[in-house]
Amino acid sequence: MALIEIRDIHKRFGEHVVFKGLSLEVAEHQVVCLIGPSGCGKSTLLRCINGLETIEAGEIRIHGDRMTGPGVDVNALRRDVGIVFQSFNLFPHMTVLENVTLAPIRVLDRQRTEAEARAMTLLKRIGLEHKALEYPDRLSGGQQQRVAIVRALAMGPMVLLLDEITSALDPELVSEVLAIVRDLALEGMTMLLATHEMGFAREVASKICFLFDGRVHEEGPPAEIFGAPREERTRAFLRRIIEAGRL
Amino acid sequence: MTSAGGRLPGDGDRGSERQWRAGSRPTDPTSWALTALGVAGLSVAAAWGTLAGVRGALVALKQSGVVADGLLLLFGILASCLLLPALRSLQVAGKARTALAAGDVIGARVAGASARGLAWYSFGFAGALVLILLVVQFFIANDLAVSRTFFLLPLIASTFGLVLKAFWTNVYIFIVAEALVLIWGLVIALARLAPGPAGRPIRAMATFYADVFRGLPAIINIYLIGFGIPLTGLPILRDLSQESFAILALTLTYGAYVAEVYRAGIESIHWSQTAAARSLGLSYMQTMRYVTVPQAVRRIIPPLLNDFIGLQKDTALVNVIGTIDAFNQAKIIASNHFNLSPVMTVAILFVVVTIPQARFVDKLVERDQRRMRAGGT
Repeated sequence: MALIEIRDIHKRFGEHVVFKGLSLEVAEHQVVCLIGPSGCGKSTLLRCINGLETIEAGEIRIHGDRMTGPGVDVNALRRDVGIVFQSFNLFPHMTVLENVTLAPIRVLDRQRTEAEARAMTLLKRIGLEHKALEYPDRLSGGQQQRVAIVRALAMGPMVLLLDEITSALDPELVSEVLAIVRDLALEGMTMLLATHEMGFAREVASKICFLFDGRVHEEGPPAEIFGAPREERTRAFLRRIIEAGRL
Repeated sequence: MTSAGGRLPGDGDRGSERQWRAGSRPTDPTSWALTALGVAGLSVAAAWGTLAGVRGALVALKQSGVVADGLLLLFGILASCLLLPALRSLQVAGKARTALAAGDVIGARVAGASARGLAWYSFGFAGALVLILLVVQFFIANDLAVSRTFFLLPLIASTFGLVLKAFWTNVYIFIVAEALVLIWGLVIALARLAPGPAGRPIRAMATFYADVFRGLPAIINIYLIGFGIPLTGLPILRDLSQESFAILALTLTYGAYVAEVYRAGIESIHWSQTAAARSLGLSYMQTMRYVTVPQAVRRIIPPLLNDFIGLQKDTALVNVIGTIDAFNQAKIIASNHFNLSPVMTVAILFVVVTIPQARFVDKLVERDQRRMRAGGT
C-alpha cells in the first residue's frame, strides 16, 4: 500500500486551473521528485498534502487515512507530515534551539529538557550544535535551511515534503543541504521533493514525476525519464534544462 | 571587446564625435562666499542687538551682575563664530579664482565645492540663530510681558510642589490605563482577526467597537462615563472613584486605537511564518501566541508609544469631571494669581515625562534589532 495516495485531485486559483485530475502515489521509503516548468503546481501539490491549501475534488490519503475534506484534523495530520519551504521560514525571534523545540513542546507535549536533548542530537548530526543559541539571521542560508529540515524532523514525521529547498540558496551552499537529504534518503525516509536540481533528482529519486497541464504527464525511474522520455513535452522541458546548463 | 575585424555597429570614431560633458568649466564661487558673509554679518549684529535688549531687561529686573554679563558676553562671542565659515568660504573662493585663472580645472572645482559648502554651512547656522533670536525677542518684548505671563519664576517656584503632587494623579491614571490598554487592545485585535464563518459575528462586533470609540472624542467619553455611571446607580460601578472612571474611559478610547496598531502589526507578519508554524502542527491560537504576536509586538512598539503619549496627554481631559489633576490644580492657582505660569509648569511636566519614554523605546528597538540583526524577515 502506498504511503501517500493522491487520487484525481482538482484545484483552481480563481481563473487559473492548477490541477485537473492529478493522481500520484508515493510508497514507503520512496523518494519521489516532482519536476516541471514553473507554475505547474509542484509547490501547490506539496502544500495540499500538508493541508496548507484545500482541494476542490478528489482525495489525498496518507497511511490509508483520508486527509482531505470535512472533519479532518489537519493539526494531527501535520504532526506526521513535515514540510520544508524554499525560503526556510525560520522564526526570526527565536533561537535555533527554540525554533526546533517549539512544536515538540507545544504540540507533542514533550518536556523541555527532553525536547532540547533531542534537538541537540539532531543539530549535532548536521554539525550546527554550536549555533543552537544563535538567532536565524546570524546563520548563512544553507545553515538556515539545514535548521529548517531539523525543525521538521524534530516532530518525527513519517513523510517529509521538500519544496524547492535549494532554490533560494547561493550555489556553493546547495551541497550542504542536499547532503542531508541524501542521508535521509539512505535512512529510508519517505520524501516528496519539488526540485530544479535535476542532477540530484537523478541521483536520489526512486521515481521522477513530470508535472504538466494539471496532471502527472509522465512518471518513471530517473534513468528512464532523463535517458529516454516518452512524451514530447517532457523532452522539450529537459532540452531547455540542458540548454540552461542545469543537467 | 570585439575580435579583430568584427566591428559592432556604432563602434569606432566614437571618441571624436562624443564630448566629455562632465568636464565643463567650474564657476566662480565668490558671489556665494560674499552672500554668506553678508547673511552671517547681519545675523551676528542682530544677536548683539538682542543681547543688549536682554541685558536691559535684566537691569530692569535687578538681576544684572557680573555673572549675567559674562554669560551674555559668552553668547555674543558664540554667535560671532558664525562669521568664521563665511570668512573661510571667501578665502577658499579666492583659491578657486586663482586656480581658474591658471587653467587648473580640477583644482578650481575642488576649491569651488569647498567654498560653496562653507557658504551653505553659514546659511544653515544663520537661519537657526535668527529663529532663536526671534524667540528671545518675543520673550523680552513689551517690557517682558511674555516672560511675566508664562514664566513668573517666583510663582512657579512657590506652587511647583502643589502642581507636582496633582500630577501624580495623571501619572496614576495613565500608568493603569496603559497596562489595561495593552491587554484590551490585543483582545480587540484578535477579535477583529477571528477566522472563519464562526468568527464573523465577533469580527463585526469588534469592528463596530473600534469604529465607535475611535470616532468618539475622548473628552466626551470621559464626561459621559464620569458623570453618567454614578447617575445610573448601578451597584459597584457607581462607587468607583473619579480616577477609575477616567481610567475606564481612556482604556475604552485608546483600546480602540491600540487594537488597530496590533492588527496592523499582526497582519504585517508574512504569511509564510504562519504557514511554517501551522505546518508543524501548531493550532491557530498557538501560532498567534508563539509566532505571530511576539513578532508583531516587536514591530509595533514605536507606534504604540505614539498612542501612549497621546493617552498621557489626554489625562489632562479628566478636569471635565472635576478630578483634581495637575491641569485642574494649575488652573485654580492661575485664576487665584491671575497668571498662567503654573499652567506652564504642567505643560513642561507633560513634555518632560515623554522624553525618557521616547529614548527608552529607541533603545529597546535598537537592542532587539542588534540581537536579531536584521530585525526579522
